[in-house]
Amino acid sequence: MKKTVLLGALTVAGLAAGASAAATLDDVKARGSLKCGVSTGLPGFSATDANGTWVGFDVDVCRAVAAAVLGDASKVEFTPLTTQTRFTALASGEIDMLARNTTWTFSRDNDLKLEFTGVNYYDGQGFMVPKDLGVSSAKDLDGATVCIQTGTTTELNLADFFRVNNISYEPVPIETNAEAQQQYLAGACDVYTTDASGLAATRATFEDPAGHVILPEIISKEPLGPAVRHGDNEWGDIVRWSLNAMIAAEELDVTSANVEEKAASDIPEVQRLLGTAGELGAMLGLEAGWAKAIISQVGNYGESFERNVGEATPIALARGLNAQWTDGGLLYAPPFR
Amino acid sequence: MSTFPETPKDGFRLSQLIYDTRYRSLTIQVVAMILLVLFFSWLVSNTIQNLSDLGKDFYFGFLSQPAGYDINQRLIEYSSESSHGRAALVGILNTILVAFLGCVLATILGIFAGVLRLSKNWLVSRLIAVYVEGFRNVPLLLWIIAIFAIMSEAMPQPRAFREGGGASMLLGDSVAVTNRGVYIPKPVWGDNSTILVGVFILSVIGIFIFRSYARKRQEATGDILPVFWISAALFFIPSVLAYYILGRPVTLDYPELGGFNFKGGLHLRNSLIALWLALSLYTGAFIAEIVRAGILSVSKGQTEAAYALGLRPGRTMNLVILPQALRVIIPPLISQFLNLTKNSSLAIAVGYMDVRATLGGITVNQTGRELEGILLLGLFYLVLSLVISGGMNIYNNSVKLKER
Ligand SMILES: N[C@@H](CCC(=O)N[C@@H](CS)C(=O)NCC(=O)O)C(=O)O
Repeated sequence: MKKTVLLGALTVAGLAAGASAAATLDDVKARGSLKCGVSTGLPGFSATDANGTWVGFDVDVCRAVAAAVLGDASKVEFTPLTTQTRFTALASGEIDMLARNTTWTFSRDNDLKLEFTGVNYYDGQGFMVPKDLGVSSAKDLDGATVCIQTGTTTELNLADFFRVNNISYEPVPIETNAEAQQQYLAGACDVYTTDASGLAATRATFEDPAGHVILPEIISKEPLGPAVRHGDNEWGDIVRWSLNAMIAAEELDVTSANVEEKAASDIPEVQRLLGTAGELGAMLGLEAGWAKAIISQVGNYGESFERNVGEATPIALARGLNAQWTDGGLLYAPPFR
Repeated sequence: MSTFPETPKDGFRLSQLIYDTRYRSLTIQVVAMILLVLFFSWLVSNTIQNLSDLGKDFYFGFLSQPAGYDINQRLIEYSSESSHGRAALVGILNTILVAFLGCVLATILGIFAGVLRLSKNWLVSRLIAVYVEGFRNVPLLLWIIAIFAIMSEAMPQPRAFREGGGASMLLGDSVAVTNRGVYIPKPVWGDNSTILVGVFILSVIGIFIFRSYARKRQEATGDILPVFWISAALFFIPSVLAYYILGRPVTLDYPELGGFNFKGGLHLRNSLIALWLALSLYTGAFIAEIVRAGILSVSKGQTEAAYALGLRPGRTMNLVILPQALRVIIPPLISQFLNLTKNSSLAIAVGYMDVRATLGGITVNQTGRELEGILLLGLFYLVLSLVISGGMNIYNNSVKLKER
């Protein structure tokens, strides 16, 4: 009895002690690898391929940070996290950063003490139903059984949406996207609701994607982005600017294919980005070629988008809000100077 | 801690604290105590330090904030505008519900299986052995998931109950088994139903009074009354009569297909059914072994003696074997009930909204109050377990060997 108390206390102490890591950058460098939290599996965003390597749009953010800090995009240890475990894993220091379609909200930023370092996908919550249900609007869903992942903004939006519209529903709480998919396909729920990008990605893996429709209503704003622990600003800046480097590179037309020749170009911002002029890398505590490493190993934002979720892939997401500001989208990296 | 027993006035040396057997154990205890206190204060200060590093405090105010999420199975009024505290309460009631249902069914299953495993019938005892070993030796989680998967994959969708859909309701259109759970008729308590309930409670009390009267009479005169039949009559007749005299105050609300789902009736969700059945079957297998051991612990001589006195097998079981076996059965039974209650937190596997899922799951996740939430959760399970074992101990005291 005494012994179990002691052991229990030791574990608690261990967990608590793990949290107090202020200088994440030093830890990552000393370890030689980046610990990145991703989802348990959402094709296109984070999933393992046939060889067991993690690939996806969120995975690329992890790889970009690893390339910037360690010079090698493959030096990432991925930790699959459910929607319920992700914040605890980050707060306890189990991971260095989270890149897992996580919505930036006020209370997550200020109450949960996360630090969101930008937005890599502007999204909104949608509904998917089987076509033969004959539903054309979310307002027709009175009395429906809805599959939702717990511990998400999704379940909060859903409660608000149904209450405001004065209709009822039966929530079926689910841990992971894979389980939700299985329950939805078995017909244990009429509707699956999550971020629209997640719906498209899930539908792309169905045997009969055409048999399912995504309803026109988008009921929320879901700016999805990477997050780090509150309080380590240097580390937060590195993650923030790694993402910005990918976005700026697309705007400046720097790709993984032409990065070498662009490094020799005489456009000042490109020079600063790629480290041939100025000392931006040193300001972050990184090598001068940090952004060049990101772009040559991972690619710019547009390349990553097209490779993982773009129109040529089964997920077939349009750029929409996620186009550069110059193309009418919301992507707008602050200047590199 | 600081007062030592009287020491001989002449020359107390410090080394005596270690080498003198009169003081040694005290010294060791004091040192251990100090180390333990130091350890715990380090633990607490470390936690406080780390919380403040993260910019977090230790505060239970979140319990009164609106929860914002919906819960499908609620035994009390709850909406997404209710507080996190109320969400926790909904979860607590759901935990208690499944634990209670589980304990009842597990006990019934366990007693039957335990007695039947001792049956002289080869087939029966073998079948029960398969049940017991099958459930005892496969992890509970697998059973929960298996039952849940069967329910949600193999049962028809509510849509299939429409005209020409191929599925139909059971028991005269009153029960629907779907892949979202089982819908059964729900009693509706009308006017006067409180009187009916009162009559029922009175007749149950009557049964107890009658039984103790019958026992006293048997002890005094040796006459045996037909206790079973009179109890059964007392159980049914007054309530049934009152039901008709009061003009049928209780009616049934039948489930009916409407829109996406069945409406009306009582909805037993898949998650509840899977968790309940798996917990009961699993714990029932352990209880079966406890019951069997209890019965076997009563020596054969007791049975033979009872037979020699002319008692029939049924009476031998009830009057001689079981009262002695119960003394062996009850204490391990208590720990099985506690196990079942705590195992109900495996609800996470099927999305049953127990207290782990509300307070320890969504609330913790939405508010970021891990430490507070998990402490409350631990406290709740502790209190519930103590209450269960306290209650069972009262019963144990009434059956245990009384030394006179
Ligand atoms: N953006 C929402 C919802 C996140 C979410 O539920 N994502 C799902 C689908 S888009 C997911 O990542 N599933 C993969 C998994 O279960 O691990 C949030 O941050 O709360």
